[in-house]
Amino acid sequence: MGSDDGFIEIVDVTKAFGPADRRVFALGGVTATIRRGEFFTLLGPSGCGKTTLLRLIAGFELPTSGEIRLDGQEIGHLPPFRRPVNTVFQNYALFPHMTVAENIGFGLEMLDKPRAEIASTVARMLALVKMSDLAGRRTDQLSGGQQQRVALARALAPQPKVLLLDEPLSALDLKLRKEMQVELKRIQHETGITFIFVTHDQEEALTMSDRIAVMEKGHILQIGSPTEIYNAPAARFVADFIGDINFIEGEVVSCGDGRAEVRLPSGPLLSAHAGQPVSGRVTLAIRPEKIGLRAAGDGTAQLSGRITNLVYFGSGTNVHVDAGIGADIVARTTTPGVAIGDRVGLDLPFADLSVLAE
Amino acid sequence: MAERKGRPFNLKSQPGFTQIAWACVVFLYAPILVLIAFSFNENRSVVRWTEFSFDWYVSAFQNDGIRNAAIVSLKVATSATLIATTFATMAALATTRTAPFRGQGLAFGIINQPLMVPEIVTAVVTLSFFALVKQVTGLTGIGYLILAHTVFCIPFAYMPIRARLEDMNLTLEQAAADLYATPFRVFRRVTLPLMAPGILAGAMLAFVVSLDDVIITLMISGPGETTLPIYIFGQIRRGITPEINAVSTVLLGVSVLLVSSFFLIGRKKA
Repeated sequence: MGSDDGFIEIVDVTKAFGPADRRVFALGGVTATIRRGEFFTLLGPSGCGKTTLLRLIAGFELPTSGEIRLDGQEIGHLPPFRRPVNTVFQNYALFPHMTVAENIGFGLEMLDKPRAEIASTVARMLALVKMSDLAGRRTDQLSGGQQQRVALARALAPQPKVLLLDEPLSALDLKLRKEMQVELKRIQHETGITFIFVTHDQEEALTMSDRIAVMEKGHILQIGSPTEIYNAPAARFVADFIGDINFIEGEVVSCGDGRAEVRLPSGPLLSAHAGQPVSGRVTLAIRPEKIGLRAAGDGTAQLSGRITNLVYFGSGTNVHVDAGIGADIVARTTTPGVAIGDRVGLDLPFADLSVLAE
Repeated sequence: MAERKGRPFNLKSQPGFTQIAWACVVFLYAPILVLIAFSFNENRSVVRWTEFSFDWYVSAFQNDGIRNAAIVSLKVATSATLIATTFATMAALATTRTAPFRGQGLAFGIINQPLMVPEIVTAVVTLSFFALVKQVTGLTGIGYLILAHTVFCIPFAYMPIRARLEDMNLTLEQAAADLYATPFRVFRRVTLPLMAPGILAGAMLAFVVSLDDVIITLMISGPGETTLPIYIFGQIRRGITPEINAVSTVLLGVSVLLVSSFFLIGRKKA
């Protein structure tokens, strides 16, 4: 209880909306543990329940069933103003009738902190988000990026145990978004506060997070570090949602010691790593950049085929190969030296070829 | 490519547009201008101009009947406005800041009922109802008139307040709650300051509506409860004098002032 391993414990939480006869479950039994001081991201497409989960932690919604514990204490049924948790809203929700400094000081004022303490904390927060010279401005005179910083400072000022961020960067243009991603990481590092960040942008999730929970249709499919999520996706949806990936269908011939031999319908036998024993029809997954490309001549490649398309995207080229398995296999290379119509061999390293649990 | 003179439809370029527009302005405002002009006329006539003077304003001000009527009007309008605006604020909060509830449409209809029902019906109904209440309780006084005005002022105060609340982002209140504000403090520090322009606008509208009312007041008001419009109405039957013009001009000035501030305040964005 309250250890660093289980700072926030979400235990079998469900959330249903609508009248009893037409209930819609936004969350169907979510369990997750978030560690103290980590940057935890809820990632998924719109409607996957990530914002609902965030609102349950903030207290804007109450769970239909299940428990939410913070530092060992059940908070799932407390109103928002009794939870040591603050939120950065998607549309910032700055108070239009207050100045920047008044906005930032609002939380401390509601906690009845002495004036001097409020003033010094506000000054520190303004410095943290590099807004010191705009303390007296009204919030409608600020740019989107500045409003974003004020919203962040306002949520951080009461020193919450957890900071919730609901797609806070989605309204910013690309360049500003990249800047704010770096800023957020820096601020999280400096304050040491646990961040729970909601986004639908997989790249954003991979860059910023310590750990990511990938959500779909009200369930968490996988929780893991960005490398785990990227390199060893546990489900087809996770693999597909994050980055580019090839799927190869086949039949398990043998399986043991985390190694599965899979026969493709077209004949070749591939070795893939399997987290758990598998049998029957399975899907294998491999990232384009993990596939080795070689001249067809030597005949030792696991798969071979003819190049159907070359797609150049600046830092590399995607080589589309028809290897007779249905869909084209995409391999990524920085040194193509091949042309459409060439025959090539494809190496699919055992370590990078994984069997997906459906 | 063929050149085409495809100009979008423009109402201003229709034949007769300018003439009709000007005719409307003249028909609307000419009588008012005439009324204002003759309130400054030196002689007793309201049709024949002789010389500029403030005499009628002075005599209106010194006329006890007018003075008393003005005091009654202000008393009734102020009280009705305060009570109606309070109720309208509560109603607006209840219809915008709660989860949709059963009978919400009905509640909305009931609040706005005085706008739909012909005023004469409301007046007759109120008169007979008050007669009954008076008979049972034996209570008399200006309270009845204030109550009647309050009822028809509520929808006028309610509408701008509701509009303001609907424009207001709900996440602002959530943000305040998230920052440790209890529900009461959320209301006092965020909801109320942000809806204040709506409340003020609603109050001014209610005030004007109460100040100008004739039909209901005519039925309800007892002895010594003559409001300004009722006084003017009574005097006109004895012939129009520029004194009435002067009083009307002042009344008009107050209304215009309040209604234009209503628009100015209402325009301030949330």
